[in-house]
Amino acid sequence: MNRRNFLRNTALASGALMVPAFLKPFEALAINELSGYKNLVIIQLSGGNDGLNTIIPYGNDIYYQKRSTIAINKPDVIALNDVQGLNPNLSALKELYDQGWMCVINSVGYPNPDRSHFRSMDIWQTGSEANQFLTTGWIGRYLDSNCATCKNPYTAIEVDDTLSLAMKGAKMKGIAVEDPNKLFQTTREPFFKELVHDHENANLSEDNLGYLYKTMAETYSSAGYIQQTSKTYTVKGEYPATPLGNQLKTVSKFINSGLQTRVYYVSLSGFDTHVAQQGQQGRQLQIYADAVAAFIKDLKQTGKLDDTLVMTFSEFGRRVEQNASNGTDHGTANNILLFGGKLKKAGIFNDAPDLAQLDNGDLKYTVDFRDVYATLLDKWLDVSNGQVLGKGFKGLEFIAP
Amino acid sequence: MDNLLQVKHLYARAGFGLRFDEKSTAGNLSVKHAIAGLFKTSENPQPITIVKDNADYSMLVKGDKEQKKQFMQLQRQQEKDLNMAWLNFMSTTDAVLREKMTLFWHNHFACRSRQSEFAQQLNNIQRQHALGNFRELVLEVSKSPAMIQFLNNQQNRKGHPNENFARELMELFTIGRGNYTEQDVKESARAFTGWGFDKDGKFITRPFQHDNGEKTFLGKTGNLTGEDIINRLLEQKQTAIFISTKLYKYLVNEVPNPAHIAAMADVFYHGNYEIKPLLEFVFTAPWFYNLQNTGNLVKSPVEFLVGLNRQFYISYQRPEVLLQFQKVLGQVLFYPPNVAGWPGGRNWIDSSSLMYRLKIPSTILNGGLIDFTGKADPEEEAYIAATRNQQQQVNARVQAQVDWDKLMETIPAGINNQQIAAFLLQPPVSKTLAAELGNAPDIKTAIIQTVSTPEYQLC
Repeated sequence: MNRRNFLRNTALASGALMVPAFLKPFEALAINELSGYKNLVIIQLSGGNDGLNTIIPYGNDIYYQKRSTIAINKPDVIALNDVQGLNPNLSALKELYDQGWMCVINSVGYPNPDRSHFRSMDIWQTGSEANQFLTTGWIGRYLDSNCATCKNPYTAIEVDDTLSLAMKGAKMKGIAVEDPNKLFQTTREPFFKELVHDHENANLSEDNLGYLYKTMAETYSSAGYIQQTSKTYTVKGEYPATPLGNQLKTVSKFINSGLQTRVYYVSLSGFDTHVAQQGQQGRQLQIYADAVAAFIKDLKQTGKLDDTLVMTFSEFGRRVEQNASNGTDHGTANNILLFGGKLKKAGIFNDAPDLAQLDNGDLKYTVDFRDVYATLLDKWLDVSNGQVLGKGFKGLEFIAP
Repeated sequence: MDNLLQVKHLYARAGFGLRFDEKSTAGNLSVKHAIAGLFKTSENPQPITIVKDNADYSMLVKGDKEQKKQFMQLQRQQEKDLNMAWLNFMSTTDAVLREKMTLFWHNHFACRSRQSEFAQQLNNIQRQHALGNFRELVLEVSKSPAMIQFLNNQQNRKGHPNENFARELMELFTIGRGNYTEQDVKESARAFTGWGFDKDGKFITRPFQHDNGEKTFLGKTGNLTGEDIINRLLEQKQTAIFISTKLYKYLVNEVPNPAHIAAMADVFYHGNYEIKPLLEFVFTAPWFYNLQNTGNLVKSPVEFLVGLNRQFYISYQRPEVLLQFQKVLGQVLFYPPNVAGWPGGRNWIDSSSLMYRLKIPSTILNGGLIDFTGKADPEEEAYIAATRNQQQQVNARVQAQVDWDKLMETIPAGINNQQIAAFLLQPPVSKTLAAELGNAPDIKTAIIQTVSTPEYQLC
């Protein structure tokens, strides 16, 4: 037994002391289940990121016609192919692109798109139809699917202080951990410990009181496990000192310490650029690119890049034509950016958005976002997508076997 | 169940919990008189009027950078004011039943509006009709600028129907999914063409935009208007069943009992959709007081915060704190997640929201300290010592005033810690908690422990 496994085992053993008996089977996963643990990292860009000024269709004249004051000048674009290139603020991503660790899926959306931030975010987080209201998120339903590696609350961790709808299932929910020590500290409250330890079996029934105690007990075992496990690893990569940089650094710590977590969720806001877009979006894009580049290079160093897939999405893209305030208004289809060591088709996955055939001034989607989810579920998280998305989706070919 | 327990259950469900100072008054009434008392104190709707005018949009459209900034600031300030005004009103009013039902309709007719005056107006409609007639409530909500804007009926015009409002009216507000066809959605959307509001936020029917053609809706044909559609929906017993089911889940039990709901729907339907008789039927039904229907509903974050505020007479110097609590617990008033409202029940609870809920009462009441005299080991002693050191800082950040003197005066003399806990909690006091309370050095510690439990999350 090497040092890391030893630490992990003792951590589990000491954690187990404070966990009620009915939860113990959770803790007793064999060590060999840890090998080849694949992680999905979801980065949410909130506010509706303008995809056309992110991955720029610089080879298309319509782009320059419709965006006379906010288009990125051709010489500034970092070309990826003859048609599309990176916003200069994403320069840190160029190296990842050249290494074959980045993939751009263009024109992702859904039928009857909704232009309200929160409604469209709801649709993306729940994986619903535009006219359907689901109370569970797609990652939450993945947890509910009872697959071999999704039985614990810490199977899905949101690095934040509250939990997004995406992470909430009907039976199971992920856990929000901004700082493993902070979470651990809140569970140190002596009075709470007494309640968790000592609660009577009557409280573990199926009713709501039982559910509350069960959630509390799971929080305790998860907080202990996450804190004990993650403290065994110190991140060596350099990260920018931004909130997103810190969040991804925490994810790196979790992944590299061997945490049995399959899904990580982080977010960056500030993309609702109705006014003076260039400066504002540019700043956010740079924060994003610098943090992602640091993260991917860090994982490459630690040998975890092949086990990690990063997906970035936003609730919608923006209208093709700019508005009168040097900004853009809410639109529809958008690109999804993927990063990882196991991409089947690195580079630009599909045709650049068609700027000539618009739907009332908006891009038409050519890829349903649920086909992206389906691919992640089927080929990365090992659960049949129909179980999570209601009806089955065909999926795409962007993950290498 | 003895009389006090019944009244306590009634107040937990029809209001935000029975206070110690109400124990000797309402607590001594028969259930029948307590119910009458709840309706009596809620007789006259008192509107919220904090927002005087919508922020002036011309500032945003025509103004310079500074004016735009001012506009955004004013808008945010109004949103905050409105939120606080309602939360404070719920926390202090005697009209608890009306506010509890306003909260129900706030979630049923869920709506977001950036214009706070519109949001306030819709809230006042829901308050005005909270115990009145459901038909009038639906009609007034449908005519409110907030809802018209939210569900795009302003864009619903003859020849270019927008179906958003018509669909939600059926799916979420009246009859429920599966009881109408897509064709019914299309036909009813035509009936609502032209319903809009003018620049002063006044409801108007715009005749030139109204589709006067023949429509067939749920089997009825004619030149139907929006009002006809609402009437037709309410002619369907399914609407009474749909609303009764939702109300049952709000007031009685998350698991619907078909027989009880059928009885409620009968009262509602045959009573011409009057809300008060329906509520009286529920509160007087023997099954309302069945053991399986007590102490088992998860309080919404707002019910949780209002209950605390009421029981402890809390006032906040910094409203941001209350907003922050709403946010971390997942329910910000006037900001439902979508038109379907907050899902409620167990959806309120995840690891982080539960830990916040357990920690918030002591944060407000005692600078974050939950004193503990059990068998604390050295590590725990250190934790408590550290919390004690931070008490001043926590108090300085939260800036909440708790009227302990008033509370202590109303706690009956000679009552022990376990009895106090039994009064504050709806589920029974567990053996663990009872043992802790037995060790508590004083009443205040016992009270803080009691409200820092999973049991306190239920009503």
